[in-house]
Amino acid sequence: MMIYLELFLSFFKVGLFGFGGGYAMLPLIKQEIVDAPHLWLTIEQFADIVAISQMTPGPIAINSATFVGYTVTGNILGSATATLGVCIPPFIIMLILSKFYFKFKESKYSEKVFYILKPAVVGLIGAAAISLVNKSNFIDYVSIILFAAMFIGAMKKIDPIKLILAAGAAGIIIYG
Amino acid sequence: MHTNRKTAKRTAFKGGRRLIKYLKLFGIFFKIGAFTLGGGYAMLPLIQNEIVEKNNWIKEDEFLELLAMAQSAPGPIAVNVAVFVGYKIGGLPGTIITSLGTVLPSFLIILLIAMYFKDIRSNSYVEGFFKGIKPALAALIAVPAIKMAKKNKSGAVGTIVSLLSLYLVAVLNISPVWIILAAAIGAILIK
Repeated sequence: MMIYLELFLSFFKVGLFGFGGGYAMLPLIKQEIVDAPHLWLTIEQFADIVAISQMTPGPIAINSATFVGYTVTGNILGSATATLGVCIPPFIIMLILSKFYFKFKESKYSEKVFYILKPAVVGLIGAAAISLVNKSNFIDYVSIILFAAMFIGAMKKIDPIKLILAAGAAGIIIYG
Repeated sequence: MHTNRKTAKRTAFKGGRRLIKYLKLFGIFFKIGAFTLGGGYAMLPLIQNEIVEKNNWIKEDEFLELLAMAQSAPGPIAVNVAVFVGYKIGGLPGTIITSLGTVLPSFLIILLIAMYFKDIRSNSYVEGFFKGIKPALAALIAVPAIKMAKKNKSGAVGTIVSLLSLYLVAVLNISPVWIILAAAIGAILIK
């Protein structure tokens, strides 16, 4: 029983203090599951989870919670406990933020803040795209062709899910 | 008696319509969750397509504001975005539905992998699939950024802020959390 509580609390901490999303949360996740006192996974297993996360959908924090929960307890309840733990803090915090947002969105104050905040976020999205343009994602000329094709497809407003499936299918044919 | 029955009918109708809306909401976020491959920002083109363009549940302007909040709160960005959109569309039940929808696909897939396919990494089809989609994801995230930059409503200041935030994060590796905080504080200080 203790192990479930520990799993819950550990991932609750990850959800509460993991700012920045995605890979920014990795050090914190590692600290909770690899380092003492828990020693739930070896560093090699942790590297495996990171690699699996890159091959599966969803946030890395959720992926590692689900995986660790199962590995440690050997059952689904462990997975669910850890996943719930990592989801609850952001859920509550975003709920409060959303409430405030809809209450004050018409105020002059928030208009002023968002006047600067919105273009800043556009820059963040651009940076997220640029961060994906690296040697491990662009391995050869096929990558560049796929990038260009998907760029045109997205500009023409084709459903992104269709584009992802098309790129994946091309990947299987060419590399698989 | 008659009116009572009428109201009851109407309530039932409303309830039915709400149920359909919730089911639709769950389905859409399940789809988004299943295709958020390669980090939280990968869900942006999906959200934009499903929530902003197809269903008009939130406006494009609101979309940027919600992202600012999702980025400033702790936790996975995908969950944060789901909570906000769910709240806007369906209040507290809406947030539970969208969060569950977003989380379930990855939960189920990772569970399957942990139980049966720990060696999925060496599967050449899976590997090929991901080699194909990784450059595609860069394009899928770049396009909304470009489209939004074109629609900039904050004038020259907006362009400068966008470029500055892009530079600070992409080149100097500064955490987006700091950019959001600095932009918010800066906006309050500068009139």
